[in-house]
Amino acid sequence: MKTFGKRKLSPYAKDSAISYGLVTAAFVIVSILNSMGLVSSSLQGQLVPICCYIVMAVSLNLVVGISGELSLGHAGFMSVGAFTGIVISGILETSGLPDVGRLIAAILCGAIMAGVFGFLIGIPVLKLRGDYLAIVTLAFGEIIKNFMNIIYAGKDSTGFHLRTNPDLGLEPTGRMLLNGPMGATQVQRIASFTAGFILVLVTLFIVQNLMNSKQGRAIMACRDNRIAAESIGLNVTKYKLMAFTVSAALAGMGGALFGLNYSTLLPIKFNFNTSVLILVFVVLGGLGNIWGSIIAATILTILPEALRQFADYRMLAYAIVLILVMIATYNPFLRSRVMMLRDKIIPKKDKPDEGRKPRTRRKKSGKEVG
Amino acid sequence: MGTVLTVRDINVYYGAIHAIKGISFDVNKGEIVTLIGANGAGKSTTLHTISGLLRSKTGDIEFLESSIARTPAHKIVAKGISHVPEGRRIFQRMTVEENLQMGAFVSKPERIAHNLEYVYEQFPRLKERTKQIAGTLSGGEQQMLAMGRALMCDPRLLMLDEPSMGLAPILVDQIFEIIQNLHKAGTTILLVEQNAQMALSVADRAYVIETGRITLSGTGEELAKSDEVRKAYLGG
Repeated sequence: MKTFGKRKLSPYAKDSAISYGLVTAAFVIVSILNSMGLVSSSLQGQLVPICCYIVMAVSLNLVVGISGELSLGHAGFMSVGAFTGIVISGILETSGLPDVGRLIAAILCGAIMAGVFGFLIGIPVLKLRGDYLAIVTLAFGEIIKNFMNIIYAGKDSTGFHLRTNPDLGLEPTGRMLLNGPMGATQVQRIASFTAGFILVLVTLFIVQNLMNSKQGRAIMACRDNRIAAESIGLNVTKYKLMAFTVSAALAGMGGALFGLNYSTLLPIKFNFNTSVLILVFVVLGGLGNIWGSIIAATILTILPEALRQFADYRMLAYAIVLILVMIATYNPFLRSRVMMLRDKIIPKKDKPDEGRKPRTRRKKSGKEVG
Repeated sequence: MGTVLTVRDINVYYGAIHAIKGISFDVNKGEIVTLIGANGAGKSTTLHTISGLLRSKTGDIEFLESSIARTPAHKIVAKGISHVPEGRRIFQRMTVEENLQMGAFVSKPERIAHNLEYVYEQFPRLKERTKQIAGTLSGGEQQMLAMGRALMCDPRLLMLDEPSMGLAPILVDQIFEIIQNLHKAGTTILLVEQNAQMALSVADRAYVIETGRITLSGTGEELAKSDEVRKAYLGG
């Protein structure tokens, strides 16, 4: 497969390079504006959450768009990542490790833990299909939320303690890291915009490479036609599980960064609403469309704050914007105009790539995914 | 001529429905064997059972002298049974060539270029459309693509499920011409068809399936002449 992999890769490699370039450019511009004091304080506070939500949206797109399974429990994996990250960072607080090292350790552990959860949950969930699968992911998301509600963790000079009741028997000098439904308090805020930017790049790198690999092809083949995929010898469950686990691990990374951006974090933050919010990013951006996810996550995270001036009508305005965007992106006339504009700006690629065009076009709409 | 596939006394159930009631048959190397029968007789179910998508409660399926009755579906393909499912199951959003490459997923990388060339030789129509999105192909072309994809993994046995379904008569002729070409090239084929006339005209041997049982068997010629088959499937 290597030979055809390489030949195919070149246009993709170019696309990927463009993605990294654009994300980097956005980061540089925002950083410069920020240093010049041109970024409002409310937006400043949202820079890290935006990065987290981008990671969440891109990772959920891997399951919903690329693998074609509707998952309604993505916030659960974010939760696992967030609290794992907080605990790891708390444990390492006194170790003398610099903040950067702690952040990396927290994110890695968050990713691993969420990946393990994703794998274990994926085994039973992926035996189901369609609506049933969606409902069960919803249930698992709620289970994780409730599970986090009964976890108590703390540390003192005797070491680390983890229980399902508040009585940890800590020494007076000890510190509570997770406090059940009260969540994590006095978290050191070591997350930064730069870390968020790097995390977005890492996520893009992983997802785009996966999509263009042999395994990614197999994942998409399973989505396009399960029976055909089985008939050419693909182990459908294996590839669906792969997408689900990678997606959960990436969500764990995003969650860890998210958790370390706030001094207090409640488990209830990662409820069904958050799962749906991330799903809205994905659907609005277009199923299978990575760039759409990034843009939708950014705009829809900023929007509620930007609409603050509407006071009581804020959520109404938010809903109207959502509807308008949906109408605009699904309007065939507008879409064809945008395509024409795009073809003018980016001249058509050379011949072998031409056949690919309708595919990306259809993906933009996300209509065909089912 | 050795036996490629032996199916012995398989019983398949869909829940409470007893779909296959003790079917046995075999396929020899280089043959075209066809299973004919009416809707719901159990033809496709038999193919699904051989390719591991369904399980038989009893009996055994032997492929190249080893049992595959308990082998998972994705490993059966690697063993050399290629199944072209009913209804042109192609990857709609991939190009023709990408579809074919997917067919080689389990085979050795060094064989891909060779097999791709072979498939294009058998299906010149596909060669004209390598970069076209598969979903935009016509019905006949999609059927050719599904068959071509199945040939990409060097199958020792090619199973075709209703290749003529929903195609115009001229395309049916083309598809059967290709089946005969593949036969001449030495491919062993197990063909399931409702178009009994066409199927019997190309088959070395044939089995008639009725409500889950084999009721008749013989060479294609014999069955085409048999009164029972003529009445039931060939319109008098």
